Amino acid sequence: MARAPHKGDRATAGPRTVLAYLIRRLIAVIIMVLVVLLATFTVFYMLPKWAGQDIAVLFAGKQAGAEQLEGIRTKLGLDDPLIIQFWDFIKGIPMGRDYANGSDVTHCPAPCFGYSFRTEAPVWETLKDALPVTGALAAGACVLWLGAGVLTGVVSALKRGTVWDRAAMTTALGGVSLPVFFTGMIAMGIFVHNLGWVEIADSLSTDDSVDVWIQTLILPWIVLAFLNAAMYARLTRATMLEVLGEDYIRTARAKGLGEPAVIRRHALRSAMTPILTVFGLDLGVLMGGAVLTESTFNLPGLGLEAVRAISSKDLPVILGVTLCAALAIAVANLVVDLLYAVIDPRVRLG
Amino acid sequence: MPRVSPKRRLTAGAALVVAALVTTTACGGGDDDNGGGKGAGYNAALNKVANPSKKAGGTLRMVGKQDLDSADPQRAYYGMSWDFMRFYTRQLVSYDTKPGKAGTKLVPDLAESTAKISKDGKTYTYKLRDGVTWEDGSPLTSKDVKYGIERLWATDTITGGPGYIRQTLDPKGEYKGPYKDTSKDKLGLKAIETPDDKTIVFKLPKRNGDFEQFLAMPAGSPVKAAKDTKAKYTSRPFSSGPYKFQSYKPGKKIVLVRNDKWKKDSDPIRPALPDKVDVTISANLEENDKRLMSGDYDVDLNGTGMTQSGRVTAVQKHKANVDNMHTSFVRYVALIHTAKPFDNVHCRKAVFYGTDFAGLQQTRGGKLAAGDIANSTLPKAVPGSSDYDPYGVLERKGKPDIAKAKDELKQCGKPGGFSAKLTARNNNPGEVDTAEALQAQLKKVGINVSVEQLDGADSASITGSPSVVKKRGYSMQMSGWGPDFPTGQGYAQPLFDSRFLVENGNYNESQIKDKKIDAMFDDAIAQTDLNKAAEIYKKIDKRILDQADWMPFLYEKNITWRGERLTNAYMSDAYNGRYDYVSLGVNDKK
Repeated sequence: MARAPHKGDRATAGPRTVLAYLIRRLIAVIIMVLVVLLATFTVFYMLPKWAGQDIAVLFAGKQAGAEQLEGIRTKLGLDDPLIIQFWDFIKGIPMGRDYANGSDVTHCPAPCFGYSFRTEAPVWETLKDALPVTGALAAGACVLWLGAGVLTGVVSALKRGTVWDRAAMTTALGGVSLPVFFTGMIAMGIFVHNLGWVEIADSLSTDDSVDVWIQTLILPWIVLAFLNAAMYARLTRATMLEVLGEDYIRTARAKGLGEPAVIRRHALRSAMTPILTVFGLDLGVLMGGAVLTESTFNLPGLGLEAVRAISSKDLPVILGVTLCAALAIAVANLVVDLLYAVIDPRVRLG
Repeated sequence: MPRVSPKRRLTAGAALVVAALVTTTACGGGDDDNGGGKGAGYNAALNKVANPSKKAGGTLRMVGKQDLDSADPQRAYYGMSWDFMRFYTRQLVSYDTKPGKAGTKLVPDLAESTAKISKDGKTYTYKLRDGVTWEDGSPLTSKDVKYGIERLWATDTITGGPGYIRQTLDPKGEYKGPYKDTSKDKLGLKAIETPDDKTIVFKLPKRNGDFEQFLAMPAGSPVKAAKDTKAKYTSRPFSSGPYKFQSYKPGKKIVLVRNDKWKKDSDPIRPALPDKVDVTISANLEENDKRLMSGDYDVDLNGTGMTQSGRVTAVQKHKANVDNMHTSFVRYVALIHTAKPFDNVHCRKAVFYGTDFAGLQQTRGGKLAAGDIANSTLPKAVPGSSDYDPYGVLERKGKPDIAKAKDELKQCGKPGGFSAKLTARNNNPGEVDTAEALQAQLKKVGINVSVEQLDGADSASITGSPSVVKKRGYSMQMSGWGPDFPTGQGYAQPLFDSRFLVENGNYNESQIKDKKIDAMFDDAIAQTDLNKAAEIYKKIDKRILDQADWMPFLYEKNITWRGERLTNAYMSDAYNGRYDYVSLGVNDKK
């Protein structure tokens, strides 16, 4: 007969359970990414073919002759069945790949996420340059929005109905309603063109100094944070109000616990669970490329790369960016799920 | 006096803040102190040089939404790339660095003189100048020129560039390119001979009066075999011009610096004024315009004109920094002969009469931003363009003639009108709006047009594929066309010659199959006298218009920003719609 749990038992999952959970989730992540990739692959490589379009023309440019198109089809394996093309792509990631048409061979070293015949470079080169920009943008913006959003939400909930609460929630409404390209253009108009406080670099690369990165990213961080903080402020306020009405908060206060401790240790901790869920999703989406923010500020990240690739029909890059985005969302969700256990002891793994 | 509640006060305060923000931004984007208003004057770079100067130094700062299609001279096809490439490539002959029509004259570049042409017009001989070098200081030889041109035959690797030289020298495609060339020096192309390091001889199987025009394209540039990285050459082309690549990040940034091995006395064309050329690729067109007007950049690389908001500010506040340039692009609607009832000339003429050209001009942004109403199929910079106006379009100032349109419909056997499918590219600014305007106009005469939007990047495989066009039932195609080089062959042959009607990448969109037109092209191309060729192109234009095959509606114009620092700015007819980049300088050391 199983022993009944009694006071003092901590039903925390052991390291083995956590490891098993982690492996299970990682496998799920891989499967999800593969499914997304297969869907993207089918949409971009197969749908045009099934509709009677020759996608070799996209790689050939103007004045392409039949022989040239045939060469491109052979080199890229465009005549192979979907599953073979897809397998070649997947295999290239760990092993690298050679695109060959007779003696004409283009080598794509591992990790080969495809080869862009528009920029004449492996897709990984493009992703490698774009990832730090998107990463820095996402990291700075999410620290700002999480900090500002949660703080505003908590204060609003505690000072419910006051001028502060109304002003904060009106500003939040503004933040949610105004699109990034609008606030971005206004911010640049004021701080770059009129006041000259911020100097935006034409482009960003890892060779640039930290100062250049901060100067260039400060406005995008604020603009992006303004948009998202608003939502987090409203979400935090609503959840906090709900939690503050719970019996255990009353109990905590009744047993003489100080108000800061009640809020920090009991109310906020509990309110963080839904916030963290949304945060995980937002962070994942952002890591996949903040298309509007990057386009508005001309930040050479994944989002801008996606726009460029789509407008020039650079299929391998589109596929590479999609892979990154899918991976970012899946991993961010996994991390959030793991963090639940840290924040909320009621959550059990296994 | 009514009391104002705190709530109202808050709302009013917020409204004030927003209004202040909007006003500040609207005022942004350059004022007279640092942005403009002190330029060389409105249209100062048309047919003359704005701010002539020989002052060297400084950085020429360019910005563009779109990167070069390729930095490899044999692979580029965009006009802006060809214009830009004169910074780091040289050709045997090139366009004179002079404003307006004088800029279309071919002058010797690497060669000592323009070609010595044999009496039968089939052999072109050039001698290279003394002192022409590569960026490593090694001498540039006739073999380098031959090797560069041979790369055009490697069609599976060197993709995207123009095929004129290849089709003229080797129409049967016997040579397979230097990468499959088994000869020791990889110089197996028989049509080009290099008897010594200074001499190069081209042997044409058939006369072509425009052959030197082909050689003036970057496709005719030399490439040093030892530095040829094949497809990757675009990442770092080896320079023969006054500038060389310091860095190139596709889609982001190009930085050119002085090539210290280039000798000014070996190059009579390029003034090479700035020390550095810095190009930023930025997707935000509105922001690009603002930064052009505030002086952060000097010139737009793409030369596609300013955005709507940019041009309003520019024309209203800084007109002295603006040029209203013809781009040599003609906006047109191709009427597809294989789609009924456009097999009947009267149905096609009904479209000409039913179209409100002035309305289309207005939809695209008016006279300044859209351009002039077109009557000829050829742009004004192409010899052969005339004022022939069989449908009285200019006479009526672009307005339609409804009565004549209905009369043509009767003659066509469709007195009640008919239905048609018109394609327009949704990534070409204004094209879908223009197509919808045409739809509304033609409805008035009973022609019911449905507009199908397409992605311009797909045009080669959709509107450029007659079988796809047939399958989808398209009968009209709206697009724009500009010359590869300023002659009838460089502009009109792919559009109207039946031998250019191909299954993929077809530009004879009307699907014209007229033996007389084909023969006229042959006659014109065989002429080495350009005036005689122009007369023939005039006849081709007349025949196309009489048969109502292809309806031109606008000679495109752009509003272009001329940065205040720019010196030696002018538009050459060889690079219509853009400044002649290789001549530009800046007036400070920044």
